[in-house]
Amino acid sequence: MFRTLISRFLQGLLVLFVLFTVTFFLIKALPYGPFQTEKAIPDHIREKIESYYGLNESIGTQYTRQLGNLLKGDPGVSLRLEGRPVIEIISQAFPNSLQLGIVAMAVAIVIGIPLGVLAAWKKNSSLDYASMAIAMIGICIPSFVIGPLLAENFGRRLEWLPVMGWSPLSPASWVLPAITLGLGTAAYLSRLTRAGMLETLSQDFVRTARAKGVGSMSILTRHCLRGGLIPAVAYIGPAFASIISGSVVIESIFVVPGLGLHFIKAIEVGDAPVILGIVMLYGTLIIIANFATDLLGLWLNPRLRSSN
Amino acid sequence: MSTPVPVEKGSSLWRDAALRLRKNHAAMPSLVIVALIMLACLVLPSIPGLLADPNVQDLPNKNMSPGSGHWFGTDHLGRDILSRVLFGGRISIAVGLITTFVSVTIGVCWGALAGYIGGRTDALMMRIVDILYALPFLIVVILLGKTIEPFTGKLTEWTVDLFAGSGSTTAKVNDTRTWVEPITTLVPLFIAIGTLSWLTVSRIVRAQVQSVSRMDFVEAARSLGLGHLRILTRHILPNSIGPIIVYTALTIPGVMLFEAVLSFLGLGVKPPNSSWGILIEEGSNRMLSNPWLLLFPSVFFSLTLFSLNFLGDGLRDALDPKSSKD
Repeated sequence: MFRTLISRFLQGLLVLFVLFTVTFFLIKALPYGPFQTEKAIPDHIREKIESYYGLNESIGTQYTRQLGNLLKGDPGVSLRLEGRPVIEIISQAFPNSLQLGIVAMAVAIVIGIPLGVLAAWKKNSSLDYASMAIAMIGICIPSFVIGPLLAENFGRRLEWLPVMGWSPLSPASWVLPAITLGLGTAAYLSRLTRAGMLETLSQDFVRTARAKGVGSMSILTRHCLRGGLIPAVAYIGPAFASIISGSVVIESIFVVPGLGLHFIKAIEVGDAPVILGIVMLYGTLIIIANFATDLLGLWLNPRLRSSN
Repeated sequence: MSTPVPVEKGSSLWRDAALRLRKNHAAMPSLVIVALIMLACLVLPSIPGLLADPNVQDLPNKNMSPGSGHWFGTDHLGRDILSRVLFGGRISIAVGLITTFVSVTIGVCWGALAGYIGGRTDALMMRIVDILYALPFLIVVILLGKTIEPFTGKLTEWTVDLFAGSGSTTAKVNDTRTWVEPITTLVPLFIAIGTLSWLTVSRIVRAQVQSVSRMDFVEAARSLGLGHLRILTRHILPNSIGPIIVYTALTIPGVMLFEAVLSFLGLGVKPPNSSWGILIEEGSNRMLSNPWLLLFPSVFFSLTLFSLNFLGDGLRDALDPKSSKD
């Protein structure tokens, strides 16, 4: 088991290296650069600016320099925002994105898992069909339809909640973005939970417990919950990745000053240090989430531990 | 002589599957809905004179609510929403189908090779899949799409030359350009989404190929001296076709959702071309005053995704009864 964890860790490092290389060369292949769109700059001044930022060096030199900078934990300065350090941009915007992501994940778990357990418990009842229909709707109606609808009804018409914006200390401003972001994941989680619970409920030990007169509530919570949640827990890592991607959309709907907005602006002008900084941060987070998911899976499922 | 006993027709995989599918109360209506929407979006816009031009502005008739003349109303520039939804649907569906084709082709080849060769090659190929799985998908697709985008100009010129012929008149060149350009500007989307969404398919195909290639009839084919390529394409892949079809059906809605997300962010299909993603984006900006602008594209889009997902689930139950868990 220890060996598996070590190899997972090394694989994570490899993923980050590949991610860096792919991103670096994709940015270099962009047909525009941060100082090429402004036509007003005379050529000799542009060359000076580019040499200041080291953009006139050979690709190989730039690659090793960027890699070295990132290893030191400093992606450099933004080319779009007049030399603001990328670290500063990230440390201002990332807490908002992180907060949004965590609240959305909590929404997804709180809605998705109970819904799935309930559906499995009352299999083939109208409750089951209703919750699975809701799950299907959550999967099929994209966040950018649900988001504006929620903002319209609860923001503008009823004026219960702010329509847009984000303030770290006022939970009212988190509600709409987090629900919109978490709903799709909640739907997937509920389907996985239902499937896992159904499989566990059909096992022999459940029949034995029932024959011994254990109450159905106790069977559900004491005997089946831990095993039945394994598929849902295994999905939490990928779910985290999809919430990160999804937050790019949600941030632009609800005007949340997070990393997603910076990322889209940086892509549009080819601001390499910012793009690389954000991509590497997201990549690292996804790897950590996957790693944590593996650990949780080991804790929940003892069968994985014995089989090396 | 007695009358010959009628030979009972044996049941095949396909007959069984069709039977199971026909009994599925969620999948059959979905099949009908998907067929109707696809028919409407692919056929109606091609009939000249039937629909209003989706990009022609008619300012005196702007912001009309749904009614006769404009069944789905008009937008702030007086463009007919019905024809915008249908023309937009044509692009969304085309992106869905072509991108799925790209992604399934890559996934089947990759998975089949890995599963058939096995050993170290298999381990290496699957490790690559693991690595790609761990990338932030949306972000890499956006970056990749942006990198490929500038080549569409060249591609357009090249394709126009190909169809119009190099020495033809300007009128003919322009004529060709009007239908070539909307297609070639979508190519970055096909490539960017297609080259990154084949991972699940490749895993499924690999598992299937692995289990099929251990079966006796493959051993028999091998002992008859058949080549690897022939065994793979004639014996193993046809026996893995069930899961491939199922995941093709389930990839289409995923890819369509992706195109819509990118278009919504202004990174996918470019206006004045419309797709459902773009229409939903335009509609959500004006939904307070003109709710129908959001309603119609959203309904078409969600209904399509809804039906495709149910159809995929139904196909899985029908073709691959063992693997259907949920």
